[in-house]
Amino acid sequence: MAIGTAAARGTLRVRLPRRVSENLLAYGFMAAGIACFALFSWYPLVRGVLLSFQQVNFVTAPSWVGLANFRALVGDPMFWTAWRNTLYFTGLALLLGYAVPFAVAVLLNELRHLKGFFRVAVYLPVMLPPIVTVLLWQYFYDPGNGLFNTILRGVHLPTSQWTQSSSTAMLSLVLVSTWANMGSATLIYLAGLQSIPSELYEAAEVEGASVWQRLRHVTIPHSRFVLLVMLLVQVVATMQVFIEPFQLTGTTNPDTVTIMVLIYRYAFTVNHDFGLAAATSVLLFVVLGAFSAIYLRLTRGRD
Amino acid sequence: MTVTAQHPPAAPVEGVEGQRRRRRRPRTLAAGAAGTRTLVSAADLRRRRSRALYFAVLAVVTVLFLLVFFFPLYWMATGALKSPTELALPAPTLIPRTLHPETYAKAWNELQIARFFLNTAFYALGGWLVQLAMDVGVAYALSKLRPVLGWLVLGMMLASLMLPPAALLVPAYLTVTNVPLVHVNLLNTPWALWLPAAANAFNIYLLKRFFDQIPTDLIDAARLDGAGPLRVLWSIVLPLSRPILAVVSIFAVVGVWKDFLWPLLVLQDPRAQTLSVALSRLSSTGRVPANEMLAGMFIASLPMIAIFLVFQRSIINGLSAGGLKG
Repeated sequence: MAIGTAAARGTLRVRLPRRVSENLLAYGFMAAGIACFALFSWYPLVRGVLLSFQQVNFVTAPSWVGLANFRALVGDPMFWTAWRNTLYFTGLALLLGYAVPFAVAVLLNELRHLKGFFRVAVYLPVMLPPIVTVLLWQYFYDPGNGLFNTILRGVHLPTSQWTQSSSTAMLSLVLVSTWANMGSATLIYLAGLQSIPSELYEAAEVEGASVWQRLRHVTIPHSRFVLLVMLLVQVVATMQVFIEPFQLTGTTNPDTVTIMVLIYRYAFTVNHDFGLAAATSVLLFVVLGAFSAIYLRLTRGRD
Repeated sequence: MTVTAQHPPAAPVEGVEGQRRRRRRPRTLAAGAAGTRTLVSAADLRRRRSRALYFAVLAVVTVLFLLVFFFPLYWMATGALKSPTELALPAPTLIPRTLHPETYAKAWNELQIARFFLNTAFYALGGWLVQLAMDVGVAYALSKLRPVLGWLVLGMMLASLMLPPAALLVPAYLTVTNVPLVHVNLLNTPWALWLPAAANAFNIYLLKRFFDQIPTDLIDAARLDGAGPLRVLWSIVLPLSRPILAVVSIFAVVGVWKDFLWPLLVLQDPRAQTLSVALSRLSSTGRVPANEMLAGMFIASLPMIAIFLVFQRSIINGLSAGGLKG
């Protein structure tokens, strides 16, 4: 710093405290927020990793156990079942929950009437508390007098055990989850579709492209970014599925135990083994973190 | 091409325009499509056969949407009005034969839905205030006061968006049971919901992005007139930021109301429980009649449905603004 003249020194002496006080003030505005992040986001991240190498029992101080938690996980058949179930749920949820909202959005974008009605209708389930949705579908799925089997019987189709049979349990969970969540994806796709420049459609029309060709060569290529982002969002969200298996099939049902249910079980039911639960979380975090990182790069890189 | 690039947060997106357009029904299909062009052009729809097809598709989609999205709600609301015996009939009735509106009163009083409803309302209101106070403070400081290392604070907060809530469940729970440094146990207190909810990087991102658009000249002028930073926030920044404050507020309230797993863990005392957690517990006892359960569920949904119908515009805007940038 060039503090050559007395004048310069004078301004410095006046300015420095002011800068300090301005910074103090700014951090004053942020103090409560920073404390919340530190306590419930940054510190838990570090602590979660540490916990995965510890044994915690609340009686004695936590002890370091090295990789014992991870070894126990690998040896627990339920751990592998939970991963398989989680991937199965995610796969099914993508099959339904990824294709259906886009198709619905493309369809709604063509309808020139009742636009508000369609948007409200498709988003309504998103607003319901998830537990209400799941409990409601629990009544629908009742193998005896449930609405679904009643309808199936009415049209002389074979009925199903829905959540109570190991072959249909997971599909039943995916159906609820798709019904409950497809509204937000649909509306996001719709907004994306509306930002496709009109000239492109005009040009396609002039060149005599059929509706199918316009869909393939204009709509889908121009939705590629939205589609990719939503793919990542949905993978991250569906891999953390909890409330559907928790309420509909229970936390001990091997057909539907997911990773989140397993974490819940390890930490908060019989075991109370926080170390084991933390180790599971760390593994889940590594998998999901990869997806989230790609997602953030994609969305923030475009500002 | 991002969605938001075409739709700045303040501009209404199509969902809202659709709402307004519904009232003056388009005379021709071509007029209805004014503005945006889609796959099927107005010219395509002028042909008689395509018009017939269009209206057939419209009718089918309308009926399908009513059945798929509205019927379950109708079934829930009317199921609560039926008698338990009627609910258990092998052939369900579309319209209740006998009306039992007293079921709602029964659920409200005997199932103590009233208590859980008020609990949840209190948590939602408090969560809203705490989130707004803390997140506006952070966003304002980062956007307008620009402190040293502000970029680092923002970066670390945004990095938390990468953390799946699942990964933090166990350590965050342990933090609540014994808050570091102060050694307080927050279990079964509202703070166990409010403080973690305030650590919301997405709110901060939305608010900061909006504050950034407020011209610095405006703030400098106020500073010259002798307004302090707090006064500038209160009298200039906040009044100009109403649209984004509305979005953040709605998502804060809806978030608390819909949350399940976290309140299940940190509010184990049945008297402190939220409506969602209480409904799950009541249903697992297996002793609550179906009609009272349905009444409780419908009561739990009503505030959300009301918020949605009133604030559609902000919700749908916030969704398309945040969906891709969050």
